[in-house]
Amino acid sequence: MNIQVVLFSLLAVVAIATGILLVTRRNPVSAAVSLIMHFFALAGLYLTLQAQFIAAVQILVYAGAIMVLVVFVIMLLNLGKEDVLQEKFNPRTALAIAMSSALIMQMLLAFLSAPTGFNEIAPSAEKIGSPAEIGNVLFSGYIFPFEAISLLLLAAVMGSIILAKRNIED
Amino acid sequence: MNLTSIPLEYYLALSSIIFVIGAAGVITRRNAIIIFMCIEMMLNAVNLTLVAFSAYLGDSAGQMFVFFVMAVAAAEAAVGLAIVLALFRSRQTVYVDEVNLMKW
Repeated sequence: MNIQVVLFSLLAVVAIATGILLVTRRNPVSAAVSLIMHFFALAGLYLTLQAQFIAAVQILVYAGAIMVLVVFVIMLLNLGKEDVLQEKFNPRTALAIAMSSALIMQMLLAFLSAPTGFNEIAPSAEKIGSPAEIGNVLFSGYIFPFEAISLLLLAAVMGSIILAKRNIED
Repeated sequence: MNLTSIPLEYYLALSSIIFVIGAAGVITRRNAIIIFMCIEMMLNAVNLTLVAFSAYLGDSAGQMFVFFVMAVAAAEAAVGLAIVLALFRSRQTVYVDEVNLMKW
């Protein structure tokens, strides 16, 4: 057991536990807090994969920007606990649990029974994950998608302003 | 079990577990904001797969895709939460089973 294996196991357990908490909590605020913990665990997993830039962006964009927006909307709508009576155990929930556990079993069998043969992180991974190399690739090979994304963000900002306005006319 | 490094399959298995937990949340929950957060978790599970392949194959394309997925997720967050706000304003509810106007 070296430090890599210990780190991976710890972060994987935290990620799965906070994911289950997100799905099972009735209170939206505690669900949001467990999702923030989940994002931090994923950022740690990215660091174990030598992707420093992606890990930093994960914390900035997901745990920072997106979750602040979600918590803000929860506070704005003043959402309390979901009614216990309204969310009682129904056949749909049982079916969903049965089907998702079957899917997990199938995927685990598929992944773990046929090894891919990749047991070590590639030696070039440390260089690939650095911000300088990401910038190089982004502004040489991926310049068109980059510009398209900026257009998409502009459209999303305008669309959300229109949607959130009380009356379109004024 | 005596591991010195982690094989790629472990990352794939972890990401499929997270993905299925998110999918189960989307199916079972009624609160639109929690469904939205479960979708974010599913996007993150796919991001983990892409980063894992990128690191093990030594190819930067996976990390580029993750970058673009994050940008699309940010746009989706803004529009999705604006839709939830507009829904709450007109119906006073965020529970998806109470919004069935277009349901056949």
